[in-house]
Amino acid sequence: MQDNPRVYATPNRPTPGNPVRFDPARCDGCNRCVTVCLEDILIPNPEKGRPPLVLHPEECWYCGPCVDDCPIPGAIRLNHPLQQRVRWKRKDGGHFRV
Amino acid sequence: MFSNSGRLIPWPYRIAYGSERAYDCDVLVIGGGIGGAWAAIGAARCGARVIVLEKAATERSGAGGAGVDHWQWAADNPCSGVTPEELAQALIDNHGGYRGGHSTYIQCASAWETLLEMEAMGGKIRDTADEFRGAEFRDEKTRLLFAYDYTNRFVLRVWGHNYKPLLREELRRLGVRVMDRVAVTSLLTEGGKQGTRAVGATAVHVRTGAFIVVRAKATVLATSRPQRIWTFSSELRGISTFRPPSVSGSGYAIAYRAGAEFTMMEKSMRSPFGSPYAYPPYGSGNAINTWYPCTIVDANGKEVPWVDANGKVLSSVAERCRPCAGQKFFIMGGGSSSQPHPGLPQYLGPRPIPDLEARMLAGDFTPPFYADLAGMPEMERKAIWGIMVGNEGKTRIPVMRTYMASGFDPGRDMLQTYDFLRGHGMREPVLPQERTFGEQGACGGMLVDWDLMSSLPGLFAAGDLIFGGQDHSHAAASGRYAGARAALFARELSFSELNDGQVRDEKHRVYSPLSAPEHGPDWKELNAASARVMQNYCSEVKNAQTLALAETWLRDLEANEAPRVRAENPHELMRVLEVHDLLTCCRMIVAACEARKASSTHLHFKRLDYPEMDPPEWHKWVVIRSDGDGVQVSDRPIAFWGDFESHYRSRHAQNLAAWTQEPPTAARRRATAAT
Repeated sequence: MQDNPRVYATPNRPTPGNPVRFDPARCDGCNRCVTVCLEDILIPNPEKGRPPLVLHPEECWYCGPCVDDCPIPGAIRLNHPLQQRVRWKRKDGGHFRV
Repeated sequence: MFSNSGRLIPWPYRIAYGSERAYDCDVLVIGGGIGGAWAAIGAARCGARVIVLEKAATERSGAGGAGVDHWQWAADNPCSGVTPEELAQALIDNHGGYRGGHSTYIQCASAWETLLEMEAMGGKIRDTADEFRGAEFRDEKTRLLFAYDYTNRFVLRVWGHNYKPLLREELRRLGVRVMDRVAVTSLLTEGGKQGTRAVGATAVHVRTGAFIVVRAKATVLATSRPQRIWTFSSELRGISTFRPPSVSGSGYAIAYRAGAEFTMMEKSMRSPFGSPYAYPPYGSGNAINTWYPCTIVDANGKEVPWVDANGKVLSSVAERCRPCAGQKFFIMGGGSSSQPHPGLPQYLGPRPIPDLEARMLAGDFTPPFYADLAGMPEMERKAIWGIMVGNEGKTRIPVMRTYMASGFDPGRDMLQTYDFLRGHGMREPVLPQERTFGEQGACGGMLVDWDLMSSLPGLFAAGDLIFGGQDHSHAAASGRYAGARAALFARELSFSELNDGQVRDEKHRVYSPLSAPEHGPDWKELNAASARVMQNYCSEVKNAQTLALAETWLRDLEANEAPRVRAENPHELMRVLEVHDLLTCCRMIVAACEARKASSTHLHFKRLDYPEMDPPEWHKWVVIRSDGDGVQVSDRPIAFWGDFESHYRSRHAQNLAAWTQEPPTAARRRATAAT
């Protein structure tokens, strides 16, 4: 069998797997979100200055203080699971969603 | 967990399994949410040395940590049209008597007084920017804003998104020792015996695994109500609970194991907030609580009419916020809950027509339905999609900011509802077994007296864990009061020696998941299994046989499966211990269901073997306590708390006299002057 270094034997990821998303260009790894998280789902990145890691994505309560208390606008955002995205209708036409 | 390079990441915190740290304090507060934070403030202002043990981070922890929009039942505010006595009695009567009299009265009599202290800490409680000048729900003199009943004005709209960080600051100012990321595992009792005075607690650090022992003269429990009892989705866990999913009933479990009395544990109800198929709370179109009194329209823009308690169709939005003919005042409204509380007509608030489902099926309305924010009067729209959604816990970021970042415009857009299809309030239809113990309404909890002390001397309660109370201002007012009572109790006492054997046994229990075999079930599997037992044997359909089977299979899980659940790190250890506590909570609920041999509308409680609803001889509180391996059952008369005013007034005066520490405003002024 040919070795392919880019293919690994991995277990399924927990879903939903991305309750929060970091913008690595903005996040400076201050770990404020790690400090306030109610469920302790985040851990500091072993690499200093990098965004925290989401260790337990399926434990997220989707409450928002990680975003509310982040000192850098846009460094972290909440990301609802696809099945939770609410729809709306615009009065002058069109249907939209989160 | 793999890093980007594909390597396993070492645990990021220093591991300290087995290490033991000991602390002493006058008042120990277990749980640093809203109730616990206020309890610590109430105790520290008496001059007590206070320790708070909090499983998450006190700055944001608890069911109200992310914010609050309504400050409920503040009958002591200067604009209120009702007295605390009137309102407390109405709330109790509206629950058929099954609402906790002590803490409900404390809330009605001191919620405003408590809110003024929140303001002194820096919390915004008034429309100081005059954004709502002239609005029907504004008092022009005080600039306070009100919700629901604009005539009687006893529920305030507040800007509570940062109340929790402000409470944390106040704890710092008062010198309270806050220990975050510490989960309490047991209460220690005098002589190590069940049913004696509470003298301390054991705990484990959820990042390092260190063992902590606290000796205290008095203890306040403030750990909210168990979630995940009937419904548990291993992959949508956080979505499946209205309160934080880590609220695992640990306070209930440890106090029950210590011998404290609990009541109303048999009550549970259907709740879509406990369903993994729900939407973010207040994140879909609805007309209750945060969204009251929002207009709902059908797919063609046809408005769903609102009716008052007399069935009269209301012609304006303004009328939705006024009591109807024959009512002095109303309680909430909007037709909340998928399993509506029966309530009393004299307190029933306006709501969308209750027969919407039938009228939709008959062709009068066309689904889907929408919350028509854009069609609301400007002040009401700005209040809902502004103060309310912008400050309620779990809506500021998850709904307001997230939806607007996706383009939602409250002036043009109508948010879909997923619930009015069944003619109910905001919630989607759910199955009978998709129950929750206490996500809505007054639920069971620790039995307390007028000191908010339990049946165990030295053990007090604050917030959700008190039987038959609920919500943010209840947690705040009851916590502030319980903290003072605990501090005054502690003044009279010296420390009690801890029982070494009790500490040693608990330490062994706490660390046992670390050495469990490698191929057992994980904590999620065990949680899902206990939820299945509750669904099958202790749900809407139950009788003596099913309840006996519930007890059998819960004991089986405790004896044969729980010891096989392994923890790989301190975080997992916390989760495993939580499920152990949940199993205790399940057994408490089953014992209470077994003890009430009658059905009850008010308790949403049906026994197939005792089908008569609310027979008069069962109109009482059923009380359980653990006695060794068995359960002792007793009861209390329905209004056993007696007269509100006489019991409350003397204690409240004592509390005020004991609060000798400088209040926050004076301290703030001095700090400002110094800079």
